[in-house]
Amino acid sequence: MKGTVHKYKDNVNTDEIIPARYLNDSTPAALAAHCMEDIDKSFVGSVKPGDIIVAEKNFGCGSSREHAPIAIKASGVSCVIACDFARIFFRNCINIGLPILECPEAARDAESGDVIDVDLTAGTIRNETKGRTYSVPPFPPEIRAIIARGGLLNK
Amino acid sequence: MAMTLSQKILAAHAGLDSVVPGQLITAKLDLVLGNDITSPVAIKEIEKHGGGKVFDKSKVALVMDHFVPNKDIKSAEQCKCCRNFAREQGVENFFDVGEMGIEHALLPEKGLVGAGDLVIGADSHTCTYGALGAFSTGVGSTDMAYGMLTGTAWFKVPSAIKVTLTGKPAPHVSGKDVILHLIGVIGVSGALYKSLEFVGDGVRHMTMDDRLTICNMAIEAGAKNGVFACDDVTRAYLKEHCRKESVAFEADADAQYEREVVIDLAALKPTVSFPHLPENTHTVDEIGDIVIDQVVIGSCTNGRISDLRAAAEVLRGRKVAKGVRTIVIPATQSVYLQAMEEGLIKTFIEAGAVVSTPTCGPCLGGYMGILASGEKCVATTNRNFVGRMGAEDSEIYLASPYVAACSAVLGKIGVL
Repeated sequence: MKGTVHKYKDNVNTDEIIPARYLNDSTPAALAAHCMEDIDKSFVGSVKPGDIIVAEKNFGCGSSREHAPIAIKASGVSCVIACDFARIFFRNCINIGLPILECPEAARDAESGDVIDVDLTAGTIRNETKGRTYSVPPFPPEIRAIIARGGLLNK
Repeated sequence: MAMTLSQKILAAHAGLDSVVPGQLITAKLDLVLGNDITSPVAIKEIEKHGGGKVFDKSKVALVMDHFVPNKDIKSAEQCKCCRNFAREQGVENFFDVGEMGIEHALLPEKGLVGAGDLVIGADSHTCTYGALGAFSTGVGSTDMAYGMLTGTAWFKVPSAIKVTLTGKPAPHVSGKDVILHLIGVIGVSGALYKSLEFVGDGVRHMTMDDRLTICNMAIEAGAKNGVFACDDVTRAYLKEHCRKESVAFEADADAQYEREVVIDLAALKPTVSFPHLPENTHTVDEIGDIVIDQVVIGSCTNGRISDLRAAAEVLRGRKVAKGVRTIVIPATQSVYLQAMEEGLIKTFIEAGAVVSTPTCGPCLGGYMGILASGEKCVATTNRNFVGRMGAEDSEIYLASPYVAACSAVLGKIGVL
């Protein structure tokens, strides 16, 4: 998967990803219409299918709302890369089949507008703009199995 | 291998003699919880994947609390979805308007969690029940759906931070000050993926309500769970509320911890978290003049009877400052009734505060106390993120009920 980077800093919380005022509707399209609204008003207008969100520490902290990864996925984002993730957001992404990668070096180096190519099978992140490649340790087999079948509830 | 308290509960529920940090396990659940925001997503997921029955009608709890009584048509539809599901599935612990309370205040009160239980809830503050000696953690809606159908969940076994409480707190220093102080020390990701295990001779000075508040905000340090071992305080609470069988697990004496944080309760002062992260803590005596527009006393963190008593003690015979909208929200119907019988509701109204039916309401910027641009609020809630209670440039200062009530009277953040 290859896409343009939307870059954010530390501690982006799920209230910023999808504010609670929109949680009275859980349809993916309705959530995507307000994705990242309280941290980046330009996101909804600029995101393209395949784009990649890159953030630094503790991405997705706060509320357990699965609406947050649903909104990101429904926006067309193909992958989220961060130094590390808040744990409920981490498992929510795996459970709904949204690829995420923890790679501090790639996360810190990337800037908005960079083009990044991710190979999940090989475990590599290539920042084409910066001309740098990073390797990511694979998830344990149990987690890879959930991702492979597209989510926890998929058979 | 020696295990922490959290690891012991996980091992027992996974049918294993021992577990090690980082290990992935599948464990049996004693309770699966959801609310009116997270449950509809779980219910739709179940329907999308061909339906199915809940694993145990007595081990699922659905609490309508976030936008209840419903604030608009969409939130009414979400509750209707939960109501229909509960009826079709025969879910025994479905709490609608009239019976509901804020979930994490309601479940302990109803005796739905015992010591040694393994609980997941599609709400990040599910970590509250560690106060009862349970392993309890927040998850998302898909985990909730899977848990409801199978009675199991996958877990990565956490390592732990030992938090040793020593000494006796001064008057007006509460569990809220303990947890805000701790988050200030370790930061909002200081316990990421880890357990916070509270031990030490200071624990005996922490009431059950203090412990519920402390464990409630474990997530604000990134923790997977917070937990207190079962002691006389726990046993007395469970005897009064819970008829389930409890198992009092204890950490091994030689259990490994990633680090230890020692908190001298006697040295703690009332503490306030400044916008826009709970780790931005200041003691109340070092705060300059911050004029406020609103005070919220309530939430799953601080809406219990002892919280209302602490606020009423300050407000009795006093008036809230002109221009400070003071909103008191008893966390459950039972707390509301108790507050009424004790005359606390009268005290609040005479002081110029309003009293709401139980709801999460303003805590997450739902309704019942939304802030306009530039407004400042002292809240006994748990998060002060950008825009959490309303406009993006509004500000939330987290504090205890005592500090919140004093601030309401003063019209600025402080104590009397």
